[in-house]
Amino acid sequence: MYVVRRLGVFLFSVVVASGLVFSVMSILPGDPAQVMLGTQATPESVAALRTELGLDRPIPIQYLDWLSGVVRGDLGTSIFSGQDIAAQIASRLQVTMPLAVMAMTMTILLAFPAGVYAASRHRHLGDTVVTTLSQVGLAIPAFWAGLILVTVFAVGRGWFPANGFPGWNSAGEGLRALFLPALSLAIVQGAIITRYVRAAVLDTMREDYIRTARAKGLSRSAALWRHGLRNAAIPVLTILGLQFAALLAGTVVIETVFVLPGLGSMLLQAITRRDLLLVQGGAFVIVAFILTINLLVDLTYRFVDPRVARR
Amino acid sequence: MRWKRVNLVVGAAIVALVIVTALVSFVWTPYDPQQISSTERLLGVGENGHVLGTDQFGRDVLSQIMVGSQTALFVGVLAVGIAVVIGIPLGGLAAARRGWTEEGVMRLSDVIYAFPPVLLAILLVAAVSPGVGPAMVAIGIAYVPIVARVTRGAALSVFELDYVAAARTYGRRKTYIFVRHVLPNIASVLIVQVTVLFALAILAEAALSFLGIGAQPPRPSWGRSLRDAQTFIQLSPRLAVWPGLAIAFTVLGFNLLGDGLRDALDPRLEVRRT
Repeated sequence: MYVVRRLGVFLFSVVVASGLVFSVMSILPGDPAQVMLGTQATPESVAALRTELGLDRPIPIQYLDWLSGVVRGDLGTSIFSGQDIAAQIASRLQVTMPLAVMAMTMTILLAFPAGVYAASRHRHLGDTVVTTLSQVGLAIPAFWAGLILVTVFAVGRGWFPANGFPGWNSAGEGLRALFLPALSLAIVQGAIITRYVRAAVLDTMREDYIRTARAKGLSRSAALWRHGLRNAAIPVLTILGLQFAALLAGTVVIETVFVLPGLGSMLLQAITRRDLLLVQGGAFVIVAFILTINLLVDLTYRFVDPRVARR
Repeated sequence: MRWKRVNLVVGAAIVALVIVTALVSFVWTPYDPQQISSTERLLGVGENGHVLGTDQFGRDVLSQIMVGSQTALFVGVLAVGIAVVIGIPLGGLAAARRGWTEEGVMRLSDVIYAFPPVLLAILLVAAVSPGVGPAMVAIGIAYVPIVARVTRGAALSVFELDYVAAARTYGRRKTYIFVRHVLPNIASVLIVQVTVLFALAILAEAALSFLGIGAQPPRPSWGRSLRDAQTFIQLSPRLAVWPGLAIAFTVLGFNLLGDGLRDALDPRLEVRRT
């Protein structure tokens, strides 16, 4: 029952999100055809484009037309390149998705050991050091971290390419090009997740079952490993899901720093080229993706923690 | 306990410093921040009296950082203002009405929460021209769900309290009860949230200006300074250092202040933590 209800909420959210994306582009003052062609365009060419794009039809009809296209996987054609928008997005996702996944993997590799270590050294120097570092990490803009990493490791040492993406023909080269961008995102995300991991582990360590485990003779770290971590992982899982959304948004900015041909740089180019349909399609795909992740997190949460279901 | 106070004091000091810098920069900066000088391009730290050097146009970096704080704080205040003005009534409404109203408000805020500020700004800027205005609106709207959710969560428990029930038996309307009784009780939670959102808004503004869809020339912005610095990163990497430090320092200040306020205003958290 819960799964059905949650799926219903998901579908509702996707439809509302599509309406929001569409309405921002259609209801705001200004004629999209005029915006696309620029101020120099003649009224005739604007009128012709309006007809071509179907903008002379009522807005609800335009929306339903676009939505039915979305359902069929047809997001229209780019006004600038004449290419299929869905295909363009799919090719850009080949950079953005691996980047986001790589950044999330690095985040987990940074945050889990750091958070668990800080909690295990609660009120000692190690905890203070980790907490202070994570506080600093929270304050750093990811794109600035990117600029600094480029300066030191790409321009300075030449260990990694400063920008660009060679494609996936050579997986090694592709991963190398994404390493610094992913690390820039992971530094900031890692700082956030470290705090949650630390708090979750500290909370868990105060639970009765940990005390019981200790009373049975388990050492603090053994109790933590055997009983604590699995329970501490549950709240952290939710945060990881939510942060994945933030990470996707972060890729938009990071792709600009490293000149990567991903979804974010596509959106920014589309703005300068006034390719409104492309912006609309790209933005919708990102939001739909974030909503899907939220759905998966909710369902997984219920699966790994049966107490949620009972409540 | 003493450690918690450190957060509050250091955070408040940093925030105060940034605010004072912004105010002072209205009347005084070491140099005219927009003054271009072809003979003083890319000067190093301390050269020719330029404390932090000059940029690729010969403009004084320190003066630019100082006036950049105006944009950061301005966008922060208005963006968080938008989030608060829309989010608090929405959250209050959800908590007061419950049922379908609550469900509707919360589901809608879930949907808006799926729009990160950068994405909202991209959508807005595609429709209208880029600038501080759309950036502020985008950041503000993106944070509405956070404020609404926090308000609802905090207000729900207050609505359950006896004195609220007493007020209702007096025939008070829910709006009156929310403003008169609930809001003062959840103010501390909201103040903490607003402080943290301020830090996030400053980061978001910097990102948008870095992307070229936030503050436009001649309005100075730390994010845009970093965008310019990127072009000269091989020639003069230090240009990328100062604006980034300014952002990090300010955000750190607001985050520490938020943490400090949380500990000071909500002693229950302290008990739970120990």
